[in-house]
Amino acid sequence: MNAAGLLQIIVHFVVLTLLAIPLGFYMARVFEGERTVASIVLGPVERGIYKLCGVKPDQEQHWTAYAFGVLMFSLMGMLLMYVLMRVQNLLPLNPAGETAVAPDLAFNTTASFTTNTNWQNYGGESTMSYLTQMMGMTVHNFTSAATGMSIAVALIRAFTRRSVRTIGNFYVDLVRSFLYVLVPAAVVFCLFLVWQGVPQNFDAYVAATTVEGAHQVIAQGPVASQEAIKLLGTNGGGFFNTNSAHPYENPTALTELFEVVGLLVISAGMVVAFGRMIKDSRQARAIYAAMALMLAVGVGVCYWAEAAGNPAVFGPEVDAAASDMAPGGNMEGKEIRFGIANTAMFAAATTGTSTGAVNGMHDSFTPIGGMVPLVNMMLGEVIFGGVGVGLHGMIIFVIITVFIAGLMVGRTPEYLGKKMESREVKLAVLSIIVFPLSVLGLGALAVVLPDALPAISAAGPHGLTEAIYAYTSATANNGSAFGGFSANTLYHNTALALAMLFGRFAVIVPTLAIAGAIAGKKTVPASAGTFPTHGWLFVGLLIAVIVVVGGLTFFPVLALGPIVEHLSLAAGSLF
Amino acid sequence: MLKQFKQSLLATLVLTVLAGLVYPLAMTGVAGALFPHQAHGSLVERDGKVVGSALIGQTFTSPAYFHPRPSATTDTDPNDSSKQVPSPYNAASSNASNAAPTSKSFASDVADRVAALKAENPNARGPIPVDLVTASGSGLDPDISPAAADYQVPRVAAARGTDEAAVRRIVAANTTGRLFGFLGEPRVNVLALNLALDQETGKR
Repeated sequence: MNAAGLLQIIVHFVVLTLLAIPLGFYMARVFEGERTVASIVLGPVERGIYKLCGVKPDQEQHWTAYAFGVLMFSLMGMLLMYVLMRVQNLLPLNPAGETAVAPDLAFNTTASFTTNTNWQNYGGESTMSYLTQMMGMTVHNFTSAATGMSIAVALIRAFTRRSVRTIGNFYVDLVRSFLYVLVPAAVVFCLFLVWQGVPQNFDAYVAATTVEGAHQVIAQGPVASQEAIKLLGTNGGGFFNTNSAHPYENPTALTELFEVVGLLVISAGMVVAFGRMIKDSRQARAIYAAMALMLAVGVGVCYWAEAAGNPAVFGPEVDAAASDMAPGGNMEGKEIRFGIANTAMFAAATTGTSTGAVNGMHDSFTPIGGMVPLVNMMLGEVIFGGVGVGLHGMIIFVIITVFIAGLMVGRTPEYLGKKMESREVKLAVLSIIVFPLSVLGLGALAVVLPDALPAISAAGPHGLTEAIYAYTSATANNGSAFGGFSANTLYHNTALALAMLFGRFAVIVPTLAIAGAIAGKKTVPASAGTFPTHGWLFVGLLIAVIVVVGGLTFFPVLALGPIVEHLSLAAGSLF
Repeated sequence: MLKQFKQSLLATLVLTVLAGLVYPLAMTGVAGALFPHQAHGSLVERDGKVVGSALIGQTFTSPAYFHPRPSATTDTDPNDSSKQVPSPYNAASSNASNAAPTSKSFASDVADRVAALKAENPNARGPIPVDLVTASGSGLDPDISPAAADYQVPRVAAARGTDEAAVRRIVAANTTGRLFGFLGEPRVNVLALNLALDQETGKR
């Protein structure tokens, strides 16, 4: 670790916060249905979409109808994308001549993109046609993100209402998130990326004759337009196999900074928007502080572990010290232009949010360095989290926290003037239990079933970590991987797809049920007995609850995987 | 029920057209007009022929050129299409080793690279910079660290019959520092460096 690295990490946090505040203010106006600067251009488009789809924008929905809309819309998108992949060989914009995608891989991929996971059991440049990348991947990057934002908006809205049966209109929240937030942000970010060197074309793959006379085929494509929304929508599915480590996806130090900020900024802005919409920015500051603190700890641990390198492998003939001449540290699977600090920052941010893009290979991280992304996901994707999904996940933890605080003082817990009663707490616990059930259940099957075992590439404790990482990533809808895990098999394509669908929809439905219950409640004024949900005491308690829930559930498997691996490596034993 | 079915189907189709066709096509048009060089892959030409991309690494094996980092990319085996064989800097199929930190085969790969580098660079000074013995994340890393370039200077100078100071000057001229003095890592683009070498000391 050195000063240059730490400074770069601090810059990420500062730039993020400076952008998240105005974005949050703008998003609050969008979600409240007010006019914004963009309305002049986008207003007619918005009304046109409602007309085409037969949506009456002022007709609100009960939570069950809202949830049904989410499920139907996701199902339609899944079906369309599945068909697209199965017949891509017959469709235009396929200069590399990619063949039809196999049924199990197509099912896995469509589940993956619909759930905002973007787990990839394929190499983009060697599997998908340009048309599939545009009309499948890019579309879902927008729609799955807009769906996540809608759910958060519905939940926030519920807190601002009293004794009402409805929580808003799903299609309105969807279209406004898409049109006023995601599209303008993606257009600006896309052009920035092209300026920095990310390709945006429909050219055939370039055949170059290298300086030494060898033949080199260089993949091309409409990369920037997909890259922009991949990050802004916390999607993470790369155009190329190696994702944001690929120089065409992430060519410079400046793109690196803004890719990390880009994948955090809408989630961070959602927290700011939350404060505006409930008209109490202190509540938003508490949540923002809890998220930022957890992210900072993760980055710090990962940076320390990766900078320390891997003396058991590199030995005395290799110079792994950081300087102004060399990045040093554990450079396996990392790029020179990013070095150690930026790779650690990216790894923690991409797994704290549900993005899952990578700029370095997590599988080749040191045991403790690789444990950071795993733990970030195990904590439930609430360290800023997915766009929308992170905020509603955090509010679920807030409900559990005020419940525990209420138990301690013997009063009915309240949050934002709403009494948290048996129904809400039960639903909150339900949505939390879904996650370990899938991770540990399917993870356990992956290390015993004969059909599942061949996917594991590493020997020793690292092999267990690979399998657990895969099922954690899928259930958490993250999408990053320990890439040595060869999951493109019938078994894993199916099991991972089920984990992704379960992790998304079995959480969304109880969350919307909570929103429905909260919207129907009266608002009670705060009294002397109300536990304040702002200030450092609450921030500390909230972090403690998140860590204890995650820790109690996952510590045993972490002990058998990365922790044992770290101790073996320190003792110099390899597998 | 039926109304929701219709609304969700239509919303899917409308958003697919907007996000899947209008957005990428409009971006391709605008980007191509504003930044044509970057939009088409930042290709590098010499004598009117494309020799590669400024952003994508390529293989160099001659002692008279600086060598890039190890690459873990593969290609289909020409004799058996079900197998993959090593094919460094295959820019149609980016890949990393995904080697585990506790893997014996990773340790032996590193040991082999150390031995090969020492044999190729008998006059190099000091230990080997870590980036020269580790495969990059993309398999296409266009850069090496300034230390890794410095390590190779004696070999390149000897192979070209020039003095080391002249080669060092060319390395320095092709070294990119941190952006604004603090962002990213210092680096040397291997293709740019080797093209500059050819230009200033003659082709090899």
